[in-house]
Amino acid sequence: MILRHLPALIVVLPLLAATLCAMLRRPHAAWLLALVVSLAIPPLALALLLQVLAEGHVSYWLGNWQPPWGIEYRVDAANGFLLLLVSLVGGAVMIYARDSVDREIAEDRRVWFYAMYLLCLTGQLGMTMTGDAFNVFVFMEIGSLSTYVLIAMGRDRRALVAAYQYLVLGTIGATFFVIGVGFLYLTTGTLNLADLAERLPQVADRRAIMVGLAFIVVGLSLKLALFPLHQWLPNAYGYAPSIATAFLAATATKVVIYLLLRFVFTVFGRTLPFEELALPTLLVALSLAAIGYASVTAIHKDNVKVMLAYSSVAQIGYITLGIAFGSETGLTGGIVHLFNHGMMKGALFLLVGAVAYRTGTVTVAGIAGLARRMPVTFAGIAVAGLSMIGVPGTVGFVSKWYLVMAALERGWWWLAVLVVGGSLFALVYMGRIVEAAYFRRAAAPAESIAEAPLSLLVPAWALVAGCVYFGLDTELTVEVARGAARTLLRLSP
Amino acid sequence: MAVLASSFSNVATVILMVIGLYVVIARGNMVKTLVGLGVFQTSVYLLYIGPGKILGGSAPIIAPEIATYSNPLPHVLILTAIVVGVATLALGLAIVVRINEAYGTIEEDEIIARDPDA
Repeated sequence: MILRHLPALIVVLPLLAATLCAMLRRPHAAWLLALVVSLAIPPLALALLLQVLAEGHVSYWLGNWQPPWGIEYRVDAANGFLLLLVSLVGGAVMIYARDSVDREIAEDRRVWFYAMYLLCLTGQLGMTMTGDAFNVFVFMEIGSLSTYVLIAMGRDRRALVAAYQYLVLGTIGATFFVIGVGFLYLTTGTLNLADLAERLPQVADRRAIMVGLAFIVVGLSLKLALFPLHQWLPNAYGYAPSIATAFLAATATKVVIYLLLRFVFTVFGRTLPFEELALPTLLVALSLAAIGYASVTAIHKDNVKVMLAYSSVAQIGYITLGIAFGSETGLTGGIVHLFNHGMMKGALFLLVGAVAYRTGTVTVAGIAGLARRMPVTFAGIAVAGLSMIGVPGTVGFVSKWYLVMAALERGWWWLAVLVVGGSLFALVYMGRIVEAAYFRRAAAPAESIAEAPLSLLVPAWALVAGCVYFGLDTELTVEVARGAARTLLRLSP
Repeated sequence: MAVLASSFSNVATVILMVIGLYVVIARGNMVKTLVGLGVFQTSVYLLYIGPGKILGGSAPIIAPEIATYSNPLPHVLILTAIVVGVATLALGLAIVVRINEAYGTIEEDEIIARDPDA
């Protein structure tokens, strides 16, 4: 009985818990509630994924109203796995949250922090599952509005400016998306994604459809921080509280990338964006620009969180590059990198947050010699850093391998060279962190710094272990990503 | 002129949309930027609601004397979008208040002069 309502449960649980959280007075009680809910969702997501793998897809009619009139939640191979990733990161982050939030956020705001975190989780999970274009917008705004609050809670006053800039750009992005959806709705009279996919081919030559596609792609690109629409991201991630950064970097942009995939492949059916319009050329050019520009900028940053945020922009470039190939191998590479990057960046930001727990702000100069004081933390940063570079035996290598394969499949050997060459940038910026921590002499005050508490290290190292495990045993992630790619390309039901 | 008259609501929508977006881009004052953002979002309400109305159409009630009726769905959608717009504006203004407390100004160029990498 309850199994039939899994899709609704996954969204309703955090939504209700958020309101309850806001009514609690004691921060640790709010944390406990948020923790229980965040840990309850991964098993539900796993059960849903197993159901999807057994049945092909799961369709849930909200309020039992039949689609396309009612809102449908539709989970298939493409979003089932993303749901699991988002919920797992959400769980890991909440185990970590108590000590980190106690250190970074004023006592009277902690309850609100947990309430906003749960709303943000609701938004991400809802965007992943829903099969209704307008419902996507609603969940996007639930997720975004709570994200702005989370970022504004950062200790630095620059967090406020970053939250404001993100609010303006994020709202423009979401509004562009809803304008695009409006054009589709006015032309076809439906908002259900599956129904849209069926009706669009009959009107595909209308100007309104092309305009709608353009608005949706630009709006989503702003939200997923595709170069040159990435300006909001570095400072937002750089100055937000550690928890918020780790959670957002691992999930928020990934969910929007999934939406881009869903619209370009399932709704518009690949032919229009890929063969009649120049989307792939545009994506290849912007992805390469993102990898080059953001990586070089990352090298020059001294604030470690800002550096890693620029690295996120570059890594998003690799994912969109995989999408640009439009082939099974390319999409597999892009989707695998989506999971892998979520894991690597989640781990890195959690570990940097553990350093911040002891030192306050984290700069390259500030972490000099700290590897001796915090060996476990920096060992994790080194391993996750190797994965960012793409060393064999880590998940980073798996993603790059499929991207290179996809480039060679197309005969674009120059692109394969650029993908491999892009790793050198990651080598330089991750190298700067590791070099400072391991080989430089510590400043005098560093003597009193101790290893971070276990509550921070365990969830972070769980993600680091994932980086290595899925780098060695590639079967699971690659098979799921291939399944997702085949679903999106309509090669399998 | 005939095109202008027949698609009056579309023309008004596009003009509002462009004005709103221009204000967001051109103004350095954070409150004025939010006003522009509000105008931009409002234009989208028109984009949905305008085409939903049929001249002479009534509310969608099943009754023998009613033959044509307007589509109610755009109104429902836009009611949600209005709530989202209000929340965004309220949150944006709240953040601007906090910025004013922290920096003593709400002009973007003055803030960047105080915090070069903000």
